[in-house]
Amino acid sequence: MLVQQLANGIAVGSVYALISLGLTMVYGILRILHIAHAGIYALGAYTGWFAFRLVGEFWLSLFIGMAGSALAGYLIERFLYSPLLHLPRIAPLIVSIGLFTAMEETFRIVAGPHTLTYNAKIGIGDLSLGNFKLTETQLLILIVTFLILIILWVILSRTRTGLAMRACAMDAETASSFGVNVKAIVAINFLIGSAMAGAAGVLIGVYDNQVWPTMGSIPAYKALAIVVLGGLGNIPGTVLASFVVGMAETFFIGILAIPFPRDAVAFVAMILVLMFRPYGLLGKG
Amino acid sequence: MVSGYLITILITITIYAMLAHSLNIITGRAGQISLGHSAFFGIGAYTSALFYTGAGLSFWLSVPLGTIISGIVGALLGIPCLRVRDDFLAITTMGIVFVVEAVFLYIPFFGGAMGVGGIDPPKWFGREMSKPEYFILLLIVLILLLFFDRRLERSWIGLAWSSIREDEMAAGTMGVDIVRFKVIAFILGSAIAGLAGGFYAHFLTFIMPQNFGFGQSIVILCMVVFGGIGTRWGPILGAIILGILPEISRPIMEYRTFLYGLLLVAMMRFQPGGLLGEESLLVKFFNSVGSSVRGKRIIKNASRS
Repeated sequence: MLVQQLANGIAVGSVYALISLGLTMVYGILRILHIAHAGIYALGAYTGWFAFRLVGEFWLSLFIGMAGSALAGYLIERFLYSPLLHLPRIAPLIVSIGLFTAMEETFRIVAGPHTLTYNAKIGIGDLSLGNFKLTETQLLILIVTFLILIILWVILSRTRTGLAMRACAMDAETASSFGVNVKAIVAINFLIGSAMAGAAGVLIGVYDNQVWPTMGSIPAYKALAIVVLGGLGNIPGTVLASFVVGMAETFFIGILAIPFPRDAVAFVAMILVLMFRPYGLLGKG
Repeated sequence: MVSGYLITILITITIYAMLAHSLNIITGRAGQISLGHSAFFGIGAYTSALFYTGAGLSFWLSVPLGTIISGIVGALLGIPCLRVRDDFLAITTMGIVFVVEAVFLYIPFFGGAMGVGGIDPPKWFGREMSKPEYFILLLIVLILLLFFDRRLERSWIGLAWSSIREDEMAAGTMGVDIVRFKVIAFILGSAIAGLAGGFYAHFLTFIMPQNFGFGQSIVILCMVVFGGIGTRWGPILGAIILGILPEISRPIMEYRTFLYGLLLVAMMRFQPGGLLGEESLLVKFFNSVGSSVRGKRIIKNASRS
């Protein structure tokens, strides 16, 4: 029972990590609270669903979903955020909220208000070790998240692009004076972050076996809470906070059965942590 | 005689105007982003509703009590929130909404998902106040609030707020007690939101946790941004426009929220100061009309003499 909940917690935490990482990367470099990121997550799920309908191959549809989200993220950065960067930070925040609303409505108008079932054959099968059992979709989430996190870590710590990305997150102006093409790095940040959100959308689509227009509403704020919990812009902190929140949700609600809304757990954790560590779990002043 | 439909819209708009005005104190005057305004709106509404139905106090007592308690909670939540960095503030205040909504929803004392019912409209002179009378009462309160705002802007507090808004570090260097003035803005804004909440509860006569969710916060913020952050009349104009918009757009109900989102994006993209803010096309238009009229008059006077 306990181990089973642990597995659930890790699966939920992995998806949170995929969504929140893009958000924290965008914040790290542009200092924008990118609420429409959750719209990109839902877009990934929808693109993946349509692709699966067309080609009938899960892994290809996952890839197409990620590509669709990456493209959308790039376009948002190019045409909406970059002209607003000189304004007070409330301007991009409002644009982001408006865009998120418009995206949710687009999904509803185009694909209909009902949920669509995403019944994909993945072909890896369940994993059971004695009493402990991982369902196929849980296993899928763990594998995909693990692969993506490793790729991200390799990019960030082993390549020149990754070095430039870290430099821009620290101080874009100084990085620019050292010859880093900041615009290209911002675009890469959006592409990678949005692709991860798209992957999360597809994974949740198959995990819950449904895709629906407002699937991004709760992740929209929960991911923000997670990002703050980890220390805005801090990548390892965000991964840690995602797992903490995923675990806390499954433990408090699943085991202790406290009558408390699951989706408020992240915010309570965030407020409690901020009282003692105003810069988040791993944040520095 | 004004129809009941019209008067309902007018009252709703006046309540929204108070809310937008109160958020403008926090966001416009003191420059602190708050996404949690609907929580204080809700605290005011619930407090005055419970004082009325539970403790049996009259409208004239329960609404001020709601205002005061909302202000106190604003101070309690504001002090830890304002310690954090500005971007954290947006998310922390967002968190307040979710926690407050959860408290209303899950604690039986607050009526749970069923909300609080049986709140009567206010009485005066031994009879129930009619809707047009209630509207006039709200309008008078709103005008008093705006008058107070005018005085406040020219006081020391107003000057301190504008220095914090423009450059927090410079203000601190000049000896402005930043945290104190931020907390004052937070208390005033929350208290006025609580006042609006009390009026709202006695107008609807029935309140539910869902009335005070995150969506409501966004609507209030949009009104402020739409009209012009930091201007006195901008939030009021925003409340009027966004209050009327749902009524006149009933035929395109299906696409309403979609257009609402696009409108926000377009507004920020092309007119980020709001309708009455800096570099506003509307203000420029009226100024140019005004100056051309004035110009003609000067020419006329000159030719006469």
